[in-house]
Amino acid sequence: MSATKPRTLYDKIWDAHVVETLPDGTALLYIDRHLVHEVTSPQAFEGLRMAGRSLRRREGTMAVVDHNIATDASRYTGIEDPESRLQVETLEKNVKAFDVPYIPLTDARQGIVHVIGPEQGLSLPGMTIVCGDSHTSTHGAMGALAFGIGTSEVEHVLATQTLLQKRARNMRVTVDGTLPPGCTAKDIVLAIIGRIGTAGGTGHVIEFAGSAIRALDMAGRFTVCNMSIEGGARAGMIAPDETTFEYIKGRPFAPQGEMLERAIEWWRSLPTDEGAVFDKEVVLDAAEIVPMVSWGTSPEDVLPITATVPDPESGQDEARRAQLRRMVEYMGLTPGQKLTDLKVDVVFIGSCTNSRIEDMRAAAEIVRGRRVAEGVRGMVVPGSGLVKQQAEREGLDAVFREAGFEWREAGCSMCLGMNPDKLTPGQRCASTSNRNFEGRQGPGGRTHLCSPAMAAAAAITGHLTDVRQLAAQGRH
Amino acid sequence: MDAFTTLTGIAAPLPMANVDTDKIIPARFLKTIERTGLGKAAFANLRYREDGSENPDFVLNQEPYRRAEILIAHENFGCGSSREHAPWALLDFGIRCVIAPDFADIFHNNSFKNGILPVKLPREICDQLMEDARMGENARLTIDLERQVVVRPNGEEIPFEIDPLRRHLLLNGLDDIGQTMQRASAIDGYEAKRRAAQPWLYQDAAE
Repeated sequence: MSATKPRTLYDKIWDAHVVETLPDGTALLYIDRHLVHEVTSPQAFEGLRMAGRSLRRREGTMAVVDHNIATDASRYTGIEDPESRLQVETLEKNVKAFDVPYIPLTDARQGIVHVIGPEQGLSLPGMTIVCGDSHTSTHGAMGALAFGIGTSEVEHVLATQTLLQKRARNMRVTVDGTLPPGCTAKDIVLAIIGRIGTAGGTGHVIEFAGSAIRALDMAGRFTVCNMSIEGGARAGMIAPDETTFEYIKGRPFAPQGEMLERAIEWWRSLPTDEGAVFDKEVVLDAAEIVPMVSWGTSPEDVLPITATVPDPESGQDEARRAQLRRMVEYMGLTPGQKLTDLKVDVVFIGSCTNSRIEDMRAAAEIVRGRRVAEGVRGMVVPGSGLVKQQAEREGLDAVFREAGFEWREAGCSMCLGMNPDKLTPGQRCASTSNRNFEGRQGPGGRTHLCSPAMAAAAAITGHLTDVRQLAAQGRH
Repeated sequence: MDAFTTLTGIAAPLPMANVDTDKIIPARFLKTIERTGLGKAAFANLRYREDGSENPDFVLNQEPYRRAEILIAHENFGCGSSREHAPWALLDFGIRCVIAPDFADIFHNNSFKNGILPVKLPREICDQLMEDARMGENARLTIDLERQVVVRPNGEEIPFEIDPLRRHLLLNGLDDIGQTMQRASAIDGYEAKRRAAQPWLYQDAAE
């Protein structure tokens, strides 16, 4: 490739990290930041131990616990579930044995790995960032190349600080225009996945661009990049700009002073060049986006909240019809039913998609002066101990508590059904998380993905609700 | 990792698109510190009823598919999380090859690292193989990685594409970490260059 050929943001970060190119075109790609958690690392450390290998670069690595832990006070007196306890204890043993920097459960900075990476300044523009978790795509909002890896690759990075990778194709999703009131970054990304499908980004890295993306704050950008993987792309990214640089200033692991100036100078050279070619382009008009909710068991099965449950017989072929029938049955729906008529049992506000302070504020804004509907369990789970502290300084915890919500400790919680926070079979949940797969939030659980404001609105009325209508109604 | 050369075995039909990793292994089974023993958790939500008994309607609970070594599925197999527990669970159940029109990237990658061969074939061909897989005891396919062909029960050979490096690693059961470690001096050189150009990446945290 000639040096003058216009390049994308992805191309530039990729090129800057190629250590060597193998004869077949596979690159040995250098990894700047490796985030480690308890679920996908034990077998990797065991692999190192068996081969007599050590951690290559301590300062490029950070470990934290998030998936397994309870989000109530019980976690401070010991983890009840013996398997979860063993996994957390194994991580603690491993970080000691391999000298890995670690944020323990008792540390105020503890939280969901994809919240604390940016929060601590561990995730910076221009970096390659990996973690044994598919939602690592979140960090791409910093203007980084960030993607999820399996445990074998975790071991590979621990030992070599590199990965063997093939270059992905470039895809750009442009969202121009102004988002209507009541719509958020979550509605943008759900609309995108609804458009491209869950395999739309397979083999690609998505750059999110356009004025509606530019206008998002960092929390919104994290939400959009977080769900790149639900659109099939291992990584999503947004060009770094003044919003990014402002966010970075003063974060503990971020460069300071003159070093920061030097870094910003380089970061300014990263955005996609004029004339760079994308293999795939998708354009959305922000003005046409409405509050979205998922109705089925794949993240592409989303609809505007004003819609009705689809008729499976409308599927284009028998395979799709069978899939739609299965979804309608699993989700306990009737074709033609209004989505706003679906009663919820649980409302979950949290996860690496939507648990930052801005998400807490958006939900609290809806909840203030209102009550959770009778029979609904409302849970608010901040993404990190620091988000929790900030929310408490702003009095948001009181807003949620007074309305009848549970105000919990930081962790992955009810996003994935591997800690005590789970749905029971048949329960319906309005959730700000990222996956609505069968059983994702607990066996038999029924998930409706939506924004924090939409989830809060559902908690208040007891059914899926168009937040724009609720906003018009009074408070007591 | 076990080498993969030629496999002849029972193929099970799983005519579903978007088989996600939560379906392959639900999160509650991820609380393990081992790679082995996850076969019993493979497809747990489809395979077992609420009381823990087997669901006789699920294909892998039926003969001869309990002994399946090959799975035939529809589009976007393995979408969702990065959990390598998904290929570990398939492998421990006995699956060494999955054939589908396409795969989610991370699952695709994880499979190769564990000696499972993901074979991409067009939907029409997958549909033919799906029919073959419905032949019960006669649902036997041969996957010849050396020659890059799938052999149907009627003897027809279907060629497939595969990345040459991945093919080489699978055929020889090679661990790529050892290979990368032989490039340590190139990595050292790269780090030295980066340290000069982007020194902020190499400073300790302001703790």
